[in-house]
Amino acid sequence: MIAALMALLACQVAGELVARLLGLQIPGPVIGTVLLFILLLVRGRVPDALRDVSRGLLTNLSLLFVPAGVGIIQHLDRIRGEWVGIVAALVGSTVLTMVVAVFVFRLVSRLSGADRGDA
Amino acid sequence: MIPIPPVIEDVWVYLSTTPLLWLTATLAAFLAGQWLFERAGRRPLVNPVAIAVVLLIVLLKATGTTYQTYFDGAQFVHFLLGPATVALAVPLHQNFGAVRRAALPMLAALLAGSVTAVVSAVAIAVAFGVSPETMRSLAPKSVTTPIAMGIAEKIGGIPSLTAVMVIITGIVGAMTVTPLMNLLRVSDWRARGFAAGVASHGIGTARAFQVNEVAGTFAGIAMALNGIATAIMAPLLISLLG
Repeated sequence: MIAALMALLACQVAGELVARLLGLQIPGPVIGTVLLFILLLVRGRVPDALRDVSRGLLTNLSLLFVPAGVGIIQHLDRIRGEWVGIVAALVGSTVLTMVVAVFVFRLVSRLSGADRGDA
Repeated sequence: MIPIPPVIEDVWVYLSTTPLLWLTATLAAFLAGQWLFERAGRRPLVNPVAIAVVLLIVLLKATGTTYQTYFDGAQFVHFLLGPATVALAVPLHQNFGAVRRAALPMLAALLAGSVTAVVSAVAIAVAFGVSPETMRSLAPKSVTTPIAMGIAEKIGGIPSLTAVMVIITGIVGAMTVTPLMNLLRVSDWRARGFAAGVASHGIGTARAFQVNEVAGTFAGIAMALNGIATAIMAPLLISLLG
């Protein structure tokens, strides 16, 4: 388990280093994801411990957003004043984005023949 | 008010300033949210994150605790967002075959979804006359917290307000994705998951993993890719939109 956690953290550190050294706009953890993915491709299989730790983190992913969510407490005044616009923008844009993304995905999947095999 | 015995007050004074208390409270609030979610028949409208946030805010208000004190404890949970993002490489590797076959639809849906997320949020906000800082703070709302906060800083938003917009967006996505996709009669788990991840990052991804592993994998990829796409595109779009 420690080795698996170490692998995740090391990839994140490496990702931060790459982002800073190359001055990339891409966030460190995302580069870390790519690095770990390349390591797994080279290695050919996912070690059991890494699979378990990753599954543990990903099945509880929503917990990790709670602390930042509580930060709403710092912005109650602003949100109270502008809540109609904020709610409209967040709900409208989120639903519209899902509709556009799923429509484009299905359209291109059908046109490009990527539907064969699965779906 | 009932007088509080001095022993309890001493214990409170000690506990309320240690990271231990607020870390424990964060986990307890989330467990309460999950319990309610299960009790409600796993209905997406009963969202564990929303419940946990409301419970914690009530608790902070009732005890007069500042967000800074709370975050000193809760940061240990917050910190795991980074390693969890890296961990997305594992399901990505395990489902690489399906992912590779869907490369073209994913790329197209990423570009369309990423632009729609920023432009529609800004357009609706402006139509409702919200202030420029709020508008700039909600522009990157569809990508995961650390990335969105970085973008907000670059485009003149308020990073801590952006974090809140990100969480609300995630909750909205998690609540609406299943009924919306059923309404649209989309049965392709890849497309459903990808849409959830593009629009509502990690909370949408968590929801997708609850429903189907393929959907979760595609949501995770969408979340990672949209983090990159929005980091590059949002500053350009904002300067174009003024």
